[in-house]
Amino acid sequence: MSNALQGVVVSHAKLATAFVDAVAEITGQADALVPVSNEGCSRAILGDRLQEAIHSTPSVVFVDLPGGSCLQAAILYLRTHHDVAVVAGVNLAMLVDFVYHRDLAPAAAAQRAIEVGERAVKVVE
Amino acid sequence: MTLSLVRVDDRLIHGQVVVGWGQALGIRQIVLVDDRVSAPENAWERDICRMGVPPDLGIEFVPVTQAAERLAEWEASPRRTMLVMGDLETAVRLCRLAPRLKKLNLGGIHQGPGRRQRLPYVFMTDSEVGMLQQLAADGVEITAQDVPTARPVPVADLK
Repeated sequence: MSNALQGVVVSHAKLATAFVDAVAEITGQADALVPVSNEGCSRAILGDRLQEAIHSTPSVVFVDLPGGSCLQAAILYLRTHHDVAVVAGVNLAMLVDFVYHRDLAPAAAAQRAIEVGERAVKVVE
Repeated sequence: MTLSLVRVDDRLIHGQVVVGWGQALGIRQIVLVDDRVSAPENAWERDICRMGVPPDLGIEFVPVTQAAERLAEWEASPRRTMLVMGDLETAVRLCRLAPRLKKLNLGGIHQGPGRRQRLPYVFMTDSEVGMLQQLAADGVEITAQDVPTARPVPVADLK
Protein backbone atom coordinates (compact mmCIF):
# COMPACT_ATOMS: atom_id res chain seq x y z
CA MET A 1 0.00 0.00 0.00
CA SER A 2 2.68 2.51 -0.98
CA ASN A 3 0.08 5.13 -1.97
CA ALA A 4 -2.05 4.54 1.09
CA LEU A 5 -3.13 7.37 3.27
CA GLN A 6 -1.66 7.67 6.70
CA GLY A 7 -3.50 8.84 9.78
CA VAL A 8 -1.88 11.27 12.17
CA VAL A 9 -3.46 11.42 15.62
CA VAL A 10 -2.82 14.68 17.48
CA SER A 11 -3.72 14.96 21.15
CA HIS A 12 -3.09 16.31 24.58
CA ALA A 13 -0.73 14.29 26.80
CA LYS A 14 -0.38 10.60 25.81
CA LEU A 15 -3.83 10.05 24.35
CA ALA A 16 -2.59 9.87 20.73
CA THR A 17 -0.08 7.15 21.55
CA ALA A 18 -2.77 5.21 23.42
CA PHE A 19 -5.12 5.44 20.42
CA VAL A 20 -2.40 4.25 18.04
CA ASP A 21 -1.46 1.36 20.32
CA ALA A 22 -5.11 0.35 20.68
CA VAL A 23 -5.67 0.39 16.92
CA ALA A 24 -2.57 -1.75 16.37
CA GLU A 25 -3.78 -4.20 18.99
CA ILE A 26 -7.22 -4.49 17.39
CA THR A 27 -6.21 -4.57 13.71
CA GLY A 28 -2.69 -5.91 13.80
CA GLN A 29 -1.63 -2.99 11.60
CA ALA A 30 1.02 -0.85 13.20
CA ASP A 31 2.02 1.38 10.30
CA ALA A 32 -1.22 3.18 9.47
CA LEU A 33 -1.21 5.77 12.24
CA VAL A 34 1.36 8.13 13.72
CA PRO A 35 0.87 9.77 17.14
CA VAL A 36 1.71 13.40 17.91
CA SER A 37 1.42 14.91 21.39
CA ASN A 38 1.25 18.57 22.31
CA GLU A 39 2.99 17.78 25.58
CA GLY A 40 5.52 20.42 26.60
CA CYS A 41 5.47 22.42 23.40
CA SER A 42 4.33 25.74 22.04
CA ARG A 43 1.94 26.08 19.15
CA ALA A 44 4.88 26.63 16.79
CA ILE A 45 6.73 23.52 17.95
CA LEU A 46 3.56 21.47 17.75
CA GLY A 47 3.30 22.61 14.13
CA ASP A 48 6.84 21.35 13.54
CA ARG A 49 6.00 18.00 15.14
CA LEU A 50 2.92 17.70 12.97
CA GLN A 51 4.84 18.54 9.80
CA GLU A 52 7.47 15.95 10.67
CA ALA A 53 4.80 13.30 11.28
CA ILE A 54 2.95 14.01 8.04
CA HIS A 55 6.22 13.97 6.14
CA SER A 56 4.62 15.09 2.86
CA THR A 57 2.42 11.97 2.82
CA PRO A 58 -1.30 12.33 1.99
CA SER A 59 -2.90 12.19 5.41
CA VAL A 60 -5.95 12.50 7.55
CA VAL A 61 -5.15 14.35 10.77
CA PHE A 62 -7.31 13.21 13.67
CA VAL A 63 -7.46 15.76 16.50
CA ASP A 64 -8.74 15.07 20.00
CA LEU A 65 -10.88 18.17 20.62
CA PRO A 66 -12.83 20.48 18.30
CA GLY A 67 -10.79 23.45 19.55
CA GLY A 68 -7.48 24.27 21.18
CA SER A 69 -3.83 23.92 20.32
CA CYS A 70 -4.00 20.56 18.53
CA LEU A 71 -6.74 21.67 16.16
CA GLN A 72 -5.05 25.04 15.63
CA ALA A 73 -1.82 23.32 14.58
CA ALA A 74 -3.71 21.04 12.19
CA ILE A 75 -5.61 23.90 10.58
CA LEU A 76 -2.45 25.95 10.18
CA TYR A 77 -0.92 23.02 8.31
CA LEU A 78 -4.07 22.59 6.24
CA ARG A 79 -3.84 26.19 5.01
CA THR A 80 -0.76 25.41 2.95
CA HIS A 81 -1.15 21.70 2.20
CA HIS A 82 -4.01 20.34 0.13
CA ASP A 83 -3.37 16.61 0.43
CA VAL A 84 -4.48 16.62 4.05
CA ALA A 85 -7.89 16.56 5.74
CA VAL A 86 -8.60 17.24 9.38
CA VAL A 87 -11.13 15.50 11.65
CA ALA A 88 -11.78 16.88 15.14
CA GLY A 89 -13.18 14.74 17.94
CA VAL A 90 -11.36 11.48 17.23
CA ASN A 91 -12.60 8.20 18.62
CA LEU A 92 -11.35 4.64 18.44
CA ALA A 93 -14.11 3.39 16.14
CA MET A 94 -13.23 5.85 13.37
CA LEU A 95 -9.53 5.03 13.64
CA VAL A 96 -10.10 1.29 13.38
CA ASP A 97 -12.28 1.80 10.31
CA PHE A 98 -9.77 4.22 8.77
CA VAL A 99 -7.06 1.57 8.76
CA TYR A 100 -9.11 -0.47 6.27
CA HIS A 101 -10.03 2.45 4.00
CA ARG A 102 -6.73 4.08 3.29
CA ASP A 103 -7.24 3.89 -0.47
CA LEU A 104 -9.60 6.87 -0.32
CA ALA A 105 -8.65 10.48 -0.95
CA PRO A 106 -8.06 12.47 2.26
CA ALA A 107 -11.36 14.37 2.11
CA ALA A 108 -13.37 11.20 1.45
CA ALA A 109 -11.58 9.32 4.21
CA ALA A 110 -12.25 12.19 6.62
CA GLN A 111 -15.94 12.21 5.73
CA ARG A 112 -16.13 8.46 6.22
CA ALA A 113 -14.37 8.77 9.58
CA ILE A 114 -16.93 11.30 10.80
CA GLU A 115 -19.81 9.05 9.79
CA VAL A 116 -18.28 5.98 11.44
CA GLY A 117 -17.29 7.94 14.53
CA GLU A 118 -20.73 9.46 14.98
CA ARG A 119 -22.43 6.08 14.59
CA ALA A 120 -20.22 4.68 17.33
CA VAL A 121 -21.45 7.12 19.96
CA LYS A 122 -24.72 5.93 21.42
CA VAL A 123 -26.62 5.32 24.59
CA VAL A 124 -26.73 1.59 25.27
CA GLU A 125 -29.84 0.37 27.08
CA MET B 1 -12.27 44.09 39.87
CA THR B 2 -13.25 41.64 37.16
CA LEU B 3 -9.97 41.41 35.34
CA SER B 4 -9.45 37.96 36.79
CA LEU B 5 -6.23 36.76 35.16
CA VAL B 6 -3.49 38.21 32.96
CA ARG B 7 -1.66 35.27 31.44
CA VAL B 8 1.29 34.58 29.16
CA ASP B 9 0.67 31.39 27.17
CA ASP B 10 2.28 30.60 23.84
CA ARG B 11 -0.55 28.20 22.98
CA LEU B 12 -2.91 31.19 23.11
CA ILE B 13 -6.54 30.05 23.43
CA HIS B 14 -6.53 26.37 24.41
CA GLY B 15 -7.92 23.91 26.94
CA GLN B 16 -6.07 25.12 30.04
CA VAL B 17 -7.21 28.66 29.33
CA VAL B 18 -10.81 28.04 28.35
CA VAL B 19 -11.64 25.09 30.59
CA GLY B 20 -9.02 25.01 33.36
CA TRP B 21 -8.93 28.68 34.28
CA GLY B 22 -12.19 29.67 32.65
CA GLN B 23 -14.25 27.33 34.82
CA ALA B 24 -12.30 27.95 38.03
CA LEU B 25 -12.55 31.74 37.80
CA GLY B 26 -15.98 31.99 36.20
CA ILE B 27 -14.53 33.77 33.18
CA ARG B 28 -17.10 35.27 30.81
CA GLN B 29 -14.73 36.92 28.35
CA ILE B 30 -11.25 36.21 27.00
CA VAL B 31 -9.18 38.96 25.41
CA LEU B 32 -6.24 37.88 23.29
CA VAL B 33 -3.70 40.70 23.30
CA ASP B 34 -1.61 40.20 20.20
CA ASP B 35 -0.60 42.70 17.53
CA ARG B 36 -0.30 40.06 14.83
CA VAL B 37 -3.48 38.05 15.48
CA SER B 38 -5.56 41.22 15.84
CA ALA B 39 -4.32 42.65 12.52
CA PRO B 40 -7.04 42.92 9.83
CA GLU B 41 -5.33 40.46 7.48
CA ASN B 42 -5.33 37.68 10.09
CA ALA B 43 -9.08 37.04 10.34
CA TRP B 44 -8.40 33.38 9.58
CA GLU B 45 -6.27 33.04 12.71
CA ARG B 46 -8.95 34.68 14.83
CA ASP B 47 -11.42 32.15 13.42
CA ILE B 48 -9.12 29.32 14.52
CA CYS B 49 -8.93 30.75 18.03
CA ARG B 50 -12.71 31.11 18.21
CA MET B 51 -13.15 27.40 17.46
CA GLY B 52 -11.94 26.55 20.95
CA VAL B 53 -14.28 28.92 22.74
CA PRO B 54 -17.83 27.93 23.76
CA PRO B 55 -20.57 30.16 22.36
CA ASP B 56 -21.47 31.61 25.76
CA LEU B 57 -17.92 32.88 26.32
CA GLY B 58 -16.97 36.20 24.74
CA ILE B 59 -13.69 36.62 22.90
CA GLU B 60 -11.93 39.74 21.65
CA PHE B 61 -8.66 40.33 19.83
CA VAL B 62 -6.83 43.57 20.48
CA PRO B 63 -3.37 45.03 19.87
CA VAL B 64 -1.21 45.91 22.87
CA THR B 65 -1.77 49.66 22.77
CA GLN B 66 -5.53 49.22 22.71
CA ALA B 67 -5.35 46.72 25.58
CA ALA B 68 -3.48 49.27 27.69
CA GLU B 69 -6.19 51.86 26.98
CA ARG B 70 -9.04 49.48 27.79
CA LEU B 71 -7.80 47.96 31.06
CA ALA B 72 -10.02 50.20 33.17
CA GLU B 73 -13.02 49.22 31.07
CA TRP B 74 -12.40 45.49 31.65
CA GLU B 75 -11.76 46.05 35.34
CA ALA B 76 -15.10 47.80 35.66
CA SER B 77 -17.01 45.31 33.55
CA PRO B 78 -19.44 42.94 35.29
CA ARG B 79 -18.09 40.17 33.02
CA ARG B 80 -15.08 38.39 34.50
CA THR B 81 -12.33 38.82 31.94
CA MET B 82 -9.05 37.04 31.24
CA LEU B 83 -6.23 38.59 29.21
CA VAL B 84 -3.99 36.19 27.28
CA MET B 85 -0.72 37.04 25.58
CA GLY B 86 1.40 34.70 23.50
CA ASP B 87 4.86 35.95 24.41
CA LEU B 88 6.83 37.67 27.13
CA GLU B 89 7.67 40.75 25.05
CA THR B 90 3.98 41.54 24.65
CA ALA B 91 3.39 41.05 28.37
CA VAL B 92 6.26 43.34 29.35
CA ARG B 93 5.11 45.98 26.84
CA LEU B 94 1.60 45.88 28.26
CA CYS B 95 2.83 46.18 31.84
CA ARG B 96 5.02 49.14 30.88
CA LEU B 97 2.18 50.85 28.99
CA ALA B 98 -0.28 50.16 31.79
CA PRO B 99 1.39 50.45 35.20
CA ARG B 100 -1.96 49.67 36.86
CA LEU B 101 -1.36 46.01 35.93
CA LYS B 102 0.11 44.48 39.07
CA LYS B 103 -0.21 40.72 38.52
CA LEU B 104 1.06 38.48 35.74
CA ASN B 105 0.60 34.73 35.35
CA LEU B 106 3.14 32.66 33.40
CA GLY B 107 1.05 29.81 32.06
CA GLY B 108 3.00 28.27 29.22
CA ILE B 109 6.30 29.40 27.72
CA HIS B 110 7.85 26.55 25.84
CA GLN B 111 11.15 25.65 24.20
CA GLY B 112 12.91 28.15 22.00
CA PRO B 113 16.42 29.24 21.01
CA GLY B 114 18.62 29.76 24.05
CA ARG B 115 15.88 28.89 26.49
CA ARG B 116 16.39 26.62 29.48
CA GLN B 117 13.73 24.70 31.37
CA ARG B 118 12.69 26.39 34.63
CA LEU B 119 9.49 24.41 35.19
CA PRO B 120 7.86 21.66 33.10
CA TYR B 121 5.87 24.36 31.28
CA VAL B 122 8.26 27.32 31.50
CA PHE B 123 11.37 27.66 29.37
CA MET B 124 13.19 31.00 29.31
CA THR B 125 16.55 32.50 28.43
CA ASP B 126 18.52 34.17 31.22
CA SER B 127 17.74 37.48 29.54
CA GLU B 128 13.99 36.78 29.68
CA VAL B 129 14.24 35.87 33.37
CA GLY B 130 16.14 39.11 33.97
CA MET B 131 13.44 41.07 32.12
CA LEU B 132 10.75 39.58 34.36
CA GLN B 133 12.77 40.09 37.52
CA GLN B 134 13.11 43.76 36.62
CA LEU B 135 9.36 43.96 36.09
CA ALA B 136 8.84 42.29 39.48
CA ALA B 137 11.21 44.77 41.09
CA ASP B 138 9.03 47.51 39.61
CA GLY B 139 6.00 46.17 41.48
CA VAL B 140 4.40 43.49 39.29
CA GLU B 141 3.65 40.22 41.10
CA ILE B 142 4.74 37.53 38.64
CA THR B 143 4.06 33.86 39.29
CA ALA B 144 4.17 30.74 37.13
CA GLN B 145 1.10 28.52 37.40
CA ASP B 146 -0.19 26.42 34.53
CA VAL B 147 -3.52 25.32 36.04
CA PRO B 148 -5.54 26.61 39.02
CA THR B 149 -4.76 23.57 41.15
CA ALA B 150 -0.99 23.97 40.75
CA ARG B 151 1.21 25.80 43.23
CA PRO B 152 2.09 29.32 42.06
CA VAL B 153 5.86 29.73 41.70
CA PRO B 154 7.23 33.27 42.14
CA VAL B 155 9.47 34.50 39.36
CA ALA B 156 12.30 34.84 41.90
CA ASP B 157 12.28 31.04 42.21
CA LEU B 158 12.64 30.41 38.48
CA LYS B 159 16.38 29.71 38.50
